[in-house]
Amino acid sequence: MGIIDKLNKDFESRVRLGIMSVLMVNEWVDFTEMKTLLNITDGNLASHASALEKSEYIAVKKEFVGKKPKTSYQVTPRGRAAFKEHLSYLEKLMKS
Amino acid sequence: MNQKHQEDLAHIRSMMERSSRFISLSGLSGVFAGLSALIGGLYVYQLFKINGVDYFGQGGYDEGGYDEVVRTIPFKLVSELVVTGIVILVCAFVFGLAFTIRKSKKYNLPIWTSATKKMLFNLAIPLTVGGIFCLSLLYHQNYGLIAPATLLFYGLALINAEKYTFSDIKYLGYCQLILGSISLFFIGYGLVFWIIGFGILHILYGLIMFKKYK
Repeated sequence: MGIIDKLNKDFESRVRLGIMSVLMVNEWVDFTEMKTLLNITDGNLASHASALEKSEYIAVKKEFVGKKPKTSYQVTPRGRAAFKEHLSYLEKLMKS
Repeated sequence: MNQKHQEDLAHIRSMMERSSRFISLSGLSGVFAGLSALIGGLYVYQLFKINGVDYFGQGGYDEGGYDEVVRTIPFKLVSELVVTGIVILVCAFVFGLAFTIRKSKKYNLPIWTSATKKMLFNLAIPLTVGGIFCLSLLYHQNYGLIAPATLLFYGLALINAEKYTFSDIKYLGYCQLILGSISLFFIGYGLVFWIIGFGILHILYGLIMFKKYK
C-alpha cells in the first residue's frame, strides 16, 4: 500500500483540516468562534462537524446559555491520534 | 498532488496559530503607546520643574538626600502625577485598540476569541497585583519605588501573556525586567527609567514588530 493511500480520507476537506487544527490547540471551541476562525457558513460547519463526530474524532456538547443554545466541540483521543498520524504522513510525503 | 499537501500543511499551521494566539496586535500600537509614554514623561519632567523639584540638578538628592526631596513633594504634585499616569494609560490603550481593530479588519481576523481572553487574563494578573502594590507604595509615601515597580510588574505580565500572543513579546518583557531591576538601585531617577522602558522600548519594539509581521 502506497503512502498516499494511508492518508486519512476523513481529513481530505480543507474545512475538516481546519476544525481539527483548531481543536488540537484549544480545549472547547464553540460554534460561533469556529465559524469566524474558519471563515465559513453555518451549514458548511455543521455538516463537516457532524461527519467528524460520526467518525468519533470530535465530541459535541450542546447546552443552553440563558435561552440560547450553544454548541461546542472538543477533539477526542481517537481524533487526536488520527490527526497526528495524518500530519506525520503529510510531512513524510513532503520529504520524499 | 504535492502542491495540495503543502497547502494542507500551511493551512493547518495557520489555523493552529490563528486560533491559539492573539495575533491582531499591531506594531503601531506599540509605537503609539511608546509615544504617549514619552510625551507624558516629558510633561512630568516639566511638572517637577514647575514645582521646584530640580530633577537632574545638584540641589536635589546630594544635599538634602532623597528623603528630604520626598518630604517636600506637595500632595498636589502627587495627585497631578497620578492623573498624568492615568491619561497616558488611557491614550496608550485607545491607540492600541484602534490599531488592533484596523489590523484585524485588514487581515480578516476575529478579535474577541478565547485566545484574546486568555491573553488578557494572563496579562491582567501581574498587572492587577502590580497596581495594588503601587497603590500601597503611594499610600506609604514610598514614591521612589513606584517607577521600578511598574516596570517590573509590567515585564512579568508580558512574559506571562507570551503563550497567547506573538511570543516575541517576552523579549520586551525581559528588557523591562532588566531595566526595572537596575532602577531599583537608582531611586530618584525613576522617571528616566520609566521613559526608557515605557517610551523608548515600546517604540523600538513596535517598529520591529511592524516590520516583521507586515
